[in-house]
Amino acid sequence: MTLSRTHLTAIALFFVMALAVPFIPSDYLFEAILTPFLAIALAALGLNLLAGYAGQVSLGSAAFMAVGAFSAYNFLLRIPGLPLLLALLLAGVVTAAFGVIFGLPSLRLRGFYLAISTLAAQFFVQWVLTNFNWFSGGDTSGIINTPPLFIGGVAIDTPVRDYLLSLAIVSLLTLLALRLVSGRTGREFIAVRDNELAARVLGVKILRVKLMACALSSFYIGIAGALWAFLYLNTVEPAGFDLDRSFQLLFVIIIGGLASIRGAFLGAAFIVVLPLLLSRAGAALLGATFDSGLVDIVEKIILGVLIIVFLRIEPAGLSALLARLRLDRFFASTL
Amino acid sequence: MRFPHRLAAAALAVGLTGFAPLTAHAQNAPATATTPATQPEQYFPLQSYRVGPYAAGGTGFFGGFIDYMTLINSRDGGVNGVKLTWDECETQYVVEKGVECYERMKTHQPPPSAWNPLSVGIAYAMIPGVTADKVPLITIDHGRTDSTDGAVFPYVFPLLMNPYSESSAIVNFIGTRVGGDDKLAGKSIVVLYHGSPYGRETIPIYQLLAKKYGFTLQQIEVPDPGAEQEAQWLQIRRIHPDYVVLRGWGVMNPVALKTAQKTGFPADHIIGNVWSNSEEDASPAGHAAVGYIALTTQATGTQYPVIQQIENTVYKAGKGDMADHSRIGSVYYNLGVVNGILNVEAIRIAQAKFGNHTLTGDQVRWGFEHLDLDPGRVAALGASGLFHSINVTCSDHEGHGLVTFQQWDGTKWNRISDWIAPDWDLLRPIIEASANKYAAQNNITPRDCSKEAAN
Amino acid sequence: MDWGFFAGVAIAGLLVGVMYSLVAIGFVLIYKTSGVLNFAQGAMVLFAALTFVSLHEEGVAFWLAFAITLVAMIVLGILIEALVLRPLINQPPITLFMATLGLSYVIEGAAQLFWGTQVHQLDLGIEDVPLPLNTVLISQFDLFCAGVAGVIVAALTILFRYTRTGIAFRAAAEDQYAALNTGLRLPRIWAIVWAVAGFVALIAGLLWGARTGVQFSLSLVVLKSLPVLVLGGFDSIAGAIVGGLIIGLTETLAEVYVGPYVGGGIDQWIAYVIALIFLLVRPTGLFGQRSVERV
Repeated sequence: MTLSRTHLTAIALFFVMALAVPFIPSDYLFEAILTPFLAIALAALGLNLLAGYAGQVSLGSAAFMAVGAFSAYNFLLRIPGLPLLLALLLAGVVTAAFGVIFGLPSLRLRGFYLAISTLAAQFFVQWVLTNFNWFSGGDTSGIINTPPLFIGGVAIDTPVRDYLLSLAIVSLLTLLALRLVSGRTGREFIAVRDNELAARVLGVKILRVKLMACALSSFYIGIAGALWAFLYLNTVEPAGFDLDRSFQLLFVIIIGGLASIRGAFLGAAFIVVLPLLLSRAGAALLGATFDSGLVDIVEKIILGVLIIVFLRIEPAGLSALLARLRLDRFFASTL
Repeated sequence: MRFPHRLAAAALAVGLTGFAPLTAHAQNAPATATTPATQPEQYFPLQSYRVGPYAAGGTGFFGGFIDYMTLINSRDGGVNGVKLTWDECETQYVVEKGVECYERMKTHQPPPSAWNPLSVGIAYAMIPGVTADKVPLITIDHGRTDSTDGAVFPYVFPLLMNPYSESSAIVNFIGTRVGGDDKLAGKSIVVLYHGSPYGRETIPIYQLLAKKYGFTLQQIEVPDPGAEQEAQWLQIRRIHPDYVVLRGWGVMNPVALKTAQKTGFPADHIIGNVWSNSEEDASPAGHAAVGYIALTTQATGTQYPVIQQIENTVYKAGKGDMADHSRIGSVYYNLGVVNGILNVEAIRIAQAKFGNHTLTGDQVRWGFEHLDLDPGRVAALGASGLFHSINVTCSDHEGHGLVTFQQWDGTKWNRISDWIAPDWDLLRPIIEASANKYAAQNNITPRDCSKEAAN
Repeated sequence: MDWGFFAGVAIAGLLVGVMYSLVAIGFVLIYKTSGVLNFAQGAMVLFAALTFVSLHEEGVAFWLAFAITLVAMIVLGILIEALVLRPLINQPPITLFMATLGLSYVIEGAAQLFWGTQVHQLDLGIEDVPLPLNTVLISQFDLFCAGVAGVIVAALTILFRYTRTGIAFRAAAEDQYAALNTGLRLPRIWAIVWAVAGFVALIAGLLWGARTGVQFSLSLVVLKSLPVLVLGGFDSIAGAIVGGLIIGLTETLAEVYVGPYVGGGIDQWIAYVIALIFLLVRPTGLFGQRSVERV
């Protein structure tokens, strides 16, 4: 197997991010910024495979994150001794199966009709997970604390370890995604997105490609959901995977750039980090004078304005912006 | 009252766009102003929520909590000379925001005394963290029921009342309304609950209580947010129950009362639980809410000496936290004041053991675990009638709080019952079983509380 | 089977459906003429209700408060058109949709910034004592809402059918480029449509606000009207009404008759499933005229 420059860049970035660990002094950076950033980026990457490459917009991504998180929890709970990584893989597979079922309407519907239909998945999954406490291991309250995690006897119990595990999984899956989109699968996705009829004429099996996109996307989103719950929040709760989360993921790929792998990461950086910066700036500058609620309202307005302004200035996303700024010598053409 | 609010808003908007430092320096805030290094501090990180769907609860609760701490600082110069300080971090009641706030504030120096998120979801997410940090987590009137078992959850305190006690107390109250617990047999009760983990938590407890007292029970779910309840109330109309227990949250409560009126169910046979018991739950329903009854652990009103002192010292000096002064004495506000009393007294008790200086979280935890305020002590604190009493121990982190019931007259709540005790003995075995299961799943060895007591 | 009860459930369901339609109409107006799925409609409902109730509580007379709020909504609509949507013209629909999501943050934030986060009671002076009709209880308030919805639909129909502006709307909805070529000033038409949508948001806000109290959750009523849109078609006012009735009826019946067997609380998602099943049979919705491929 030969490695293209794209892959080499991705691998290089992975090592940079891993080797940077000892130089980052605060746990806060890992547990409040980097770990959620990685989970959101992975989920957005999954959504981008579906929405960006295959052209099927989904408003139900958070439901698939929930499926992933609850599957991983149940595999760990019900199969004693199951290795964590295998549980994550199985969670991805279960979510992929779910994705295929909820992807069936995409064979008939398009555009906003399809997008709104995906809300059925969003609300249905939340209802199932809240109403049947089998999924939460019989816990009376429905909110679960995640169990202690181990990989080969090493406890994953510090912010740095959470981060490194997320980084490893996300990097691996990103490499896989890069391979897929630059190969036949990616071209078929794009063909279906751009002109379904033409694709059919050229011999692309529309049915198979659409369901494949759903499965692949859900696989990524499911694993991202498990990472989010297990390595970031330490708690699994249906309400955490609500419609706002689905919209957040859409924001990530629109702002990062549709049909771009690095767009998911750039967008996630924008959407995860910007509110934190705003909130910290607000608290530092004004927290002493105004109550936190007012500060938060203003932050929300600023975030909304920034999104609109951004869509006006650069509708193709940060990914395109980066390319335009000719930073491509280092990143653009490669990642 | 709105004009200053808008003025502040405008100034804030200007501030964030560039004149922030000027604005911030122009006014010196009472709350978080830096204190001279000479006076020791006790720090409270506040994960408050003042915007979003549940803002009414957050502003009242954190307003009352902050006002009480301000009172302690200005009236007594702090707790035995230790000044109380705090920061606020907005969560919007969203778990991940609450977690980020926790991570942001946990490294503060001096260290956090206790966490008071007033959110089940945020509290759950923090349990492993606070246990590792050795800082107590207070979930007054709510939280994980099995955290009542302090042997398994040394750092979690569902003070005054956990959800199981609440359910039991409501059934006991209905018993008094129908003429005795023995008269409950053959009666019909519907529990209308919010479609969330919070709403569903008490389903098995009501089943247990129905079996014990022999009433017929039906539990009906209202999906979040609950702005639409025709179907549910039509079912209730068909069942024709004697009482409806409303286990709601946010907008679901006024809509339940309005829809009850629409389907002809009398408001004075609807009993609200602890998150359906505020002015904001009843007043938007207008006339439909008149006669509605709800449980509470703390009475409303401003007649208690402690609230009077807050009005006379804190608000006279312009240091009050509530923008809307009319909400002083409201349900959430008074809960915040009670929460303030419990936090401050825990520190006072811990200081008696560890000395009058800045305490670590673990020392404050010891204070909570020995928090024993009998009615006499509550009266001395100026809170007689505001809440009854509390006695927290190692094995009982709830503290045997009593509850009372109040009825809405269209403008305010009036108490209509004595202080009522839940059936703790019935609930204890379930709590222990659940706690032990948690301990087994998480490799926790429960403490031996008989040895702790000797400390 | 208790047919009296069934009738009661059915009538209540239909009346609820009208409430969903009221919000859905706001979406349709904008989608029909500019192809934007305006997610900020819910925020506009919140903004309108909060502005009205705050003015009214400060002692402004009912109709004056109504007029002031209406002006505010019209200004808001025109500003949105000029500052947000016109610069984004020719962007893909999903980008426009995301822009309206960002817009909803701004409007929700502004509403709370100006008027605070308290919960308000809104009393329109309609006593909601149920009218007994045999064994069925019918809500007077809901009947009033249905009447208001009827008046709005009639007014919009007249506007679209018989006025010059209305005919221009339809031309713009039919084919934007052709409309431009014939000299129609599209931005002006869009501004008017946004203003009308603001008016519809105000009416929906008052009626929903009277039902639920005026509070943040008001912005969530859009979630109940989205399946109505899917069912009725994004571009049909008649579809919004009929879709609302169908959704209201079936979800209420489902909750009462099916809910108890599966744990209850199904009316959050059953509406979407109904819409979805319907769509799989008839992919353009009830009255949707345009090809669904459009997006």
